[in-house]
Amino acid sequence: MKLDVVFRIAAKIFIPFMLVFAMYVQFHGETGPGGGFQAGVVAAAMVFFYAIIFGLDAAQQIVPPRVVELMVPAGVGIFAGVGVVSLLLGENYLNYSPLGPDSPHGQEYGIILVEIGVLVTVTGTLVAIFYSFVGRGR
Amino acid sequence: MVLLTLLAVVVFGIMQLRNLFAVVILGGVYSFLMASVMVVLDAVDVAMTEASVGAGVSTVLMLATLYLTKTQETAPIHTPLLPLFVAVGTGVALVVGTFALPLFGEADTPANTHIAPYYLENSQRDTLAINVVTAVLASYRGFDTLGEVTVIFTAGIAVLMLLKGKRDVKPGPKRRRVRR
Repeated sequence: MKLDVVFRIAAKIFIPFMLVFAMYVQFHGETGPGGGFQAGVVAAAMVFFYAIIFGLDAAQQIVPPRVVELMVPAGVGIFAGVGVVSLLLGENYLNYSPLGPDSPHGQEYGIILVEIGVLVTVTGTLVAIFYSFVGRGR
Repeated sequence: MVLLTLLAVVVFGIMQLRNLFAVVILGGVYSFLMASVMVVLDAVDVAMTEASVGAGVSTVLMLATLYLTKTQETAPIHTPLLPLFVAVGTGVALVVGTFALPLFGEADTPANTHIAPYYLENSQRDTLAINVVTAVLASYRGFDTLGEVTVIFTAGIAVLMLLKGKRDVKPGPKRRRVRR
């Protein structure tokens, strides 16, 4: 597969757009379909695609397994951390109202932060599972 | 109706095939058809998840698994009667269960009268999010979503523990004793 020039060129054209699409799904989740979960899957699929075309080692140089495994708990930490912050600001756990100048804006910012946490955990989990699956065959 | 017919065709194809590679690809086709059904039912968020997870990621993971194992299904050892009975029984139970469900889109069901109207009317004012699904998932039901993320986290950690660190197991003294 490594020598196939068509796949390599197509992958190089596609992968930036996949990343942009993942970010679009992520930050457009409030206005259109999508959100952290879907964006995380698209971002993970981008890493899969790169690993299939260019090999596992090349993919692991760009997205090191260590980082991926740290992402798995980091996302949960971001999500739970937002809850702790709202707790410290004098509201109920995971009530985002005090995060912004007024309640709706606080909710808006809270949703964005929480969705980032979802994205990080989903991407990290999927890529880590993929790495360990593919790495076993060698 | 066309989609459901195609779904049935795909399922019969999966039942007939013994080549697991083709079964995995047909599984991806099934997920895409299911995503189309979700679009028809106006559940675009679910459709997106089904298309990306079911058809994309899980197909790739299944192919990676096939790379590690055989691609041909072995002939069944037992008679298929008990599995057939379980499958038909479950199917009949599910179909009977659907008779008790309210019709699709009916207005005066508990799902549409309890708290959903509040979300539909106030979510944009409360959270500035136009997509009600996002507002419910991330804000009103944020605690549930935190639980979901924790489930993904736990599942990921469990799979990693099973798959990682098994390769460099050296033959211990027990195995050497057997060889002697």
